[in-house]
Amino acid sequence: MRDIAIVSFVQSDCVRDAGAQNEVELIMPVLRKALDAAGIQSAQDVDFTCSGSCDYLQGAAFAFVSGVDPLGAVPPIKESHVEMDAAWALYEAVLKITMGQAESALVYGFGKSSPGELPIVLSQQLDPYYMAPLWLDSISTAALQARTMLDNGDITEKDMAEVVARSRKNAKSNPHAQLKGDVSVDELLAEPTYLSPLRKHDCCPVSDGACAMVVATVEKAKEWGKPYAVLKGIDHRIESHNFGARDLTQSPSTQAAAKSAGVANGPVEVAEIYAPFSHQEIILKRALGLGDDTVVNPSGGVLAGNLMMASGLSRIGEVAMRIIRGDIKRGIAHATSGHALQQNLVAVLEEA
Amino acid sequence: MSDQNTEALEPITGIEVPVYLDYNFTAGRATARFLTGVKNGKLLGQRCPSCRNVYIPPRGCCAACGVATEEEVELSNKATVESFTIVHIPIPGNPIKPPYVIANLVPDGANISFLHVLSECKNEDVRIGMRVEALWKDASEWDYAMENIQYFRPIDEPDMEVEEIGRLKDA
Amino acid sequence: MSASAEVLSQAFTLGYTYTRSTGPVVGRFLTALRDRKIVGIKGSDGKVIVPPMEWDPVTAEALSDFVDLPDTGVVKSWAWVKHPRGKHPLDKPFAWAQIQFDGADIPMIHCVDAGDESAMKAGMRVKVRWAEETIGSINDIACFDPA
Repeated sequence: MRDIAIVSFVQSDCVRDAGAQNEVELIMPVLRKALDAAGIQSAQDVDFTCSGSCDYLQGAAFAFVSGVDPLGAVPPIKESHVEMDAAWALYEAVLKITMGQAESALVYGFGKSSPGELPIVLSQQLDPYYMAPLWLDSISTAALQARTMLDNGDITEKDMAEVVARSRKNAKSNPHAQLKGDVSVDELLAEPTYLSPLRKHDCCPVSDGACAMVVATVEKAKEWGKPYAVLKGIDHRIESHNFGARDLTQSPSTQAAAKSAGVANGPVEVAEIYAPFSHQEIILKRALGLGDDTVVNPSGGVLAGNLMMASGLSRIGEVAMRIIRGDIKRGIAHATSGHALQQNLVAVLEEA
Repeated sequence: MSDQNTEALEPITGIEVPVYLDYNFTAGRATARFLTGVKNGKLLGQRCPSCRNVYIPPRGCCAACGVATEEEVELSNKATVESFTIVHIPIPGNPIKPPYVIANLVPDGANISFLHVLSECKNEDVRIGMRVEALWKDASEWDYAMENIQYFRPIDEPDMEVEEIGRLKDA
Repeated sequence: MSASAEVLSQAFTLGYTYTRSTGPVVGRFLTALRDRKIVGIKGSDGKVIVPPMEWDPVTAEALSDFVDLPDTGVVKSWAWVKHPRGKHPLDKPFAWAQIQFDGADIPMIHCVDAGDESAMKAGMRVKVRWAEETIGSINDIACFDPA
C-alpha cells in the first residue's frame, strides 16, 4: 500500500462518567487539539472525514450525526461514519487516500458508555436468533474464552495477573489512564473472582471519552511541514460469529491481518494491543508473533481505560506519537471489535 | 401445550425479539443550561463567537463553524412561524387530539427554529411569517421541559417577510 | 428529570421492537425447539453444528443436511456468573457454558443451573430443562441441568 503519514493524534482522559458532557462536548476538545497540532483550522482543510461510534452505547439515536456538529461542516464536507471503533474509520480513510480520492483526512472516535449497561448493550452485537435473546454479555463470553485457555494449560491465573500488574504500572505514566498504580501479582490473585475465572481487574473498565487523528499523504504532510509517523501497513480480518466454530484460544484473524500488514518485516519495538481482558493480551501477543524484546502496551492499554469506539484508534495513535516524539523507530498497533476478539485490525508504523 | 396442538402448528418462519435497553441519559452541558433556563421560565440561546448566529436549543457548538458556543442570549417569548404542518394522524402517547398544528418557530433574537404546538387559532389560518407568542403554564408547574410552554398563540402583529425570518438585525 | 451540579439526567428505556424472519435453517431449529427437540446440521466437513448454521463457518457453503439429536450433552467450557444481571436468563448465580450436544461436534452457548460454582467442570454432563411453554425461541431451552 501507499505510505500514509499520521500527522497528529489526541486522546481525551478516560473517565468512568463524563457527567453532563454530550458527544459534541466530548469530541470538540480533542478535535481542536488534533487540528491545531496538524496546523489546520477545521474539517474544511482536509479532503475527507470519518468517525467511529455506536449510538447504542448511550442510547441516543443519531448521536453520530450530532458528532458532525463540531466539524464545521458548512459548506458541506466529504464525510463518513462507521458503527465501529474508529480504527476502522482510519481504515476507510486509508482506502480513500490510497485510491487517490483524498490527500488528507480527519479521523475521530467517541463513546459515552456510562448512560447504559455496557456489557448488556454489547450482548446485542451477537447473533440475534441464538445468542442475543439470552443477553449473553461481553464479559461472560470473555470468561468462557479464559476458562478454555486455563483448562487447556495455555495460561495460568498468574499470567493473567501479570498482565494486569504491568498495565497498572505502565499507566502511571499515561495522563489519560483511568486505572493506574503499583499492585503486586499476589495482591491481584488474592482478589475474589467476579465472573469466574475472571476477576474484576481482568476486565477493562467502562470509560467515556474521545480521540482524533489527522492523516495525509506523505507529500501533503511535508507541505504542512509537520513531523509525522508513517503507516506502512494496515489490514483487518473477521472470524465466525459462532463461538463454537472458533478456536477461542487463538486469534487466526489477528495472525492473518498481521501477516498482510507486514508486522514481521522489521523489529517491533512497541506494540499497543487492544485487549479488553487480560488473557486476551496473551492470545494477541502470540498471534502477532511478538517476542520479549517488544514493549507491550506502554500506555497501560485498555485495561487502564477503554473508550469504546475510540480505543482502537488510540492504540494506533499511541504508537504514532511515540514515533513522532522520536522515542522509537518502528511499532505496531492492534484494534479489536466484537466479542472474544472476533474481528481484529493490525497496523504497522515506522519513522519517516 | 399438548403434542396434538404442537403438530397442528405451522413451522416457525419469524420470531418476535424485542430488545429493551435501559439508560440514564444525560442532557449535555449546553442542553442542561437551556433546560435550567426553561425551568425558570426563560428561553436561553447561545451565540456563535464566529458567525454570530444564535442557536436554540443550544448544543454547545456552532454546527456551521465547528466552534464552541458560550455566550448565552435570553430570547423573547415572541416568535415567527417559519414552517408548519397540520397533524391529522394520532401519534401514540401524544395527548393532543388531531388535527392540530406543529410549527417551526424562530424566536425573536435567534437564527434557527424549534418545534412547538400552535393553538388558539383556526388551523386554516396558520401561515409562514405569522407572529406568535409563548403561553407558559403556571410557574408552579415548571420543570426541565419544553412542555412548560403550553403552546404558542397568534399575536396582533404584521406578518414577517419570509426573507427576514431567522435574520438577526444586529448580528 | 433530576438536576445536580448542572447534570440533568433522565432514566429511560429504549425499545427496539424487532421481528425477524428466520429463513429455513434457523426456522427448522426453532420449530424443533417448540416441539421440545434438538436438531443440528452437518457442516461441509461432516461435523454436526448445533444450533444449525446456514452457511459453513469455514467454506461458506450453504448447509441443509439436518440431524436429530438428543437433549443431553457435555460442558466444554464454562464461566460462573456470581452476580446475575437483570436481563440474564436466571435470577440466581448460574454458569454460562459451551455445551456440546451428544452427537454434535460444535458446542453452543447456553446457561447451566448448577446451584454452586463447585458443581461445574469441563466434561460434566447436562440435559435440557425445557421452558414451561415453548414458542419457537432459543429461550424454549430454559437452561441446562447437571445430568
